[in-house]
Amino acid sequence: MALYSEKVMDHFLHPRNVGVIEDADGIGEVGNAKCGDIMKMYLKIEDGVVEDVKFETFGCGSAIASSSMATELIKGQPLSEVRKLTNKAVAEALDGLPDYKMHCSVLAEEAIQAALEDYESRSGKKV
Amino acid sequence: MIYADNAATTKMSEAALHTLIRLQEEAWGNPSSLYGHGQQAKEVLEKARADIAAVIGAQPREILFTSGGSEADNQAILTAAALGKRKGKTHIISTAFEHHAVLHTLEKLRKEGYDITLLDVHENGIVLPEEVEQAIREDTCLVTIMAANNEIGTIQPIREIGAVCRKKGVLFHTDAVQAVGHIPLDVVKDNIDMLTASAHKFHGPKGVGFLYAKKGIRLSNLIEGGAQEFGRRAGTENVPGIAAMAEALKEAAAGMEKNAERLMAVRDRLIEGLSRIPHSALNGDPVRRLPGNVNFCFEGIEGESLLLLLDQKGIQASSGSACTSGSLDPSHVLLAIGRVHDVAHGSLRLSIGEDITDEDADEIVRSVGEVVAYLRSFSPIWRDLMEGKKEFIL
Repeated sequence: MALYSEKVMDHFLHPRNVGVIEDADGIGEVGNAKCGDIMKMYLKIEDGVVEDVKFETFGCGSAIASSSMATELIKGQPLSEVRKLTNKAVAEALDGLPDYKMHCSVLAEEAIQAALEDYESRSGKKV
Repeated sequence: MIYADNAATTKMSEAALHTLIRLQEEAWGNPSSLYGHGQQAKEVLEKARADIAAVIGAQPREILFTSGGSEADNQAILTAAALGKRKGKTHIISTAFEHHAVLHTLEKLRKEGYDITLLDVHENGIVLPEEVEQAIREDTCLVTIMAANNEIGTIQPIREIGAVCRKKGVLFHTDAVQAVGHIPLDVVKDNIDMLTASAHKFHGPKGVGFLYAKKGIRLSNLIEGGAQEFGRRAGTENVPGIAAMAEALKEAAAGMEKNAERLMAVRDRLIEGLSRIPHSALNGDPVRRLPGNVNFCFEGIEGESLLLLLDQKGIQASSGSACTSGSLDPSHVLLAIGRVHDVAHGSLRLSIGEDITDEDADEIVRSVGEVVAYLRSFSPIWRDLMEGKKEFIL
């Protein structure tokens, strides 16, 4: 019995879309160092679609895996779909998270929604 | 594979394991029975009691076998609390970085009306005997301070604290779970009234421990029933486990000096190597610490991801990060020595065992360095620190 599912371990050990987008159209940062989790999402938007997404995360294995999975779920998606992303979808895509780690998937959802809001306020476009 | 989590548990020594298996076969009788098998088991039990007593300078009658360290801590503290209450004394002194077996028992007593003082353990993780003395009041019934800390390994001035308690006529209990079998302890010379130990921390089996209680201290029972353990702890004794514990302790005591010398050399090699990682800091006193304990904080990273990646490299260790405990707060021990939350989450505890080599230590240093650098490469905190948006703490 492992602590995490194989999917979580895969995304933790080989995180997708790690890094920064220098000319991002929207940036969202949530969490705080006091609680031990910070996620930062960078979005590049083209024609209402997520053209590129990158993340930086300070946190535990499931926080890193949740960030990675969330970026995969929204990459190439229209913003209307991104808006609907829930923490549940992130957790399910990872084949589940331990109960006390569910907040990691919540942070991933919040980071993406924060980046989306940042995009809206910068561009003046409503999603 | 390098196992560096001996403070969590140790692998049983061969001698202890063989004793355990052999006695499951040979000494399966009930020590309370009067016929041959029972009396044979009783002999094994009493031999173990005498052997254990001899190692810590106690009398056999002063050793009470328990299910482990937590039970012994509970029994010692509740005993002192009950004895105190009879005399109207309901003040207890302890520290903020005790094991939860102590802290949660004290919390329970606080709710029952006891007054609990938790002493400062300072930045180096050492309690000052003079502060113990200052804290003792007319109504103090117990001082309970651990012999060595389970996370940062700092060794407390037990003998001096014990002397203060003797002078003031206050009972002194020490949770010596991390110390017994690793550093010299003598209940008489060290002025200890009650002491807790757990077998699986010194290469004995799990589920066995003991409480030393100085002659004359009337223990309160936690488990009621038969008259085992002088009527102070009911339940048929775990004879093979107890004998295996005695075997492990004798072995640990015999090899203590040699093991400690070697472990300290490897420990200091680890401390020196890990100190070279930028923005890292050793937790706890560099000298007054257990021979096998190394504990560091690394800024900008989180401990659980560090542990998972080290595990991938074949290194098994522990952390005081919140994520490894299931709570939101990082280790109460690291907070007690003044580490702020931000860096306390990025801690690593290495508790090395006797089989470790210099090469293992070098591999640990190399691997930790790689993993810390990797995690920092995509840590938003680290970016802020590097870009000067945030001040380094370490």
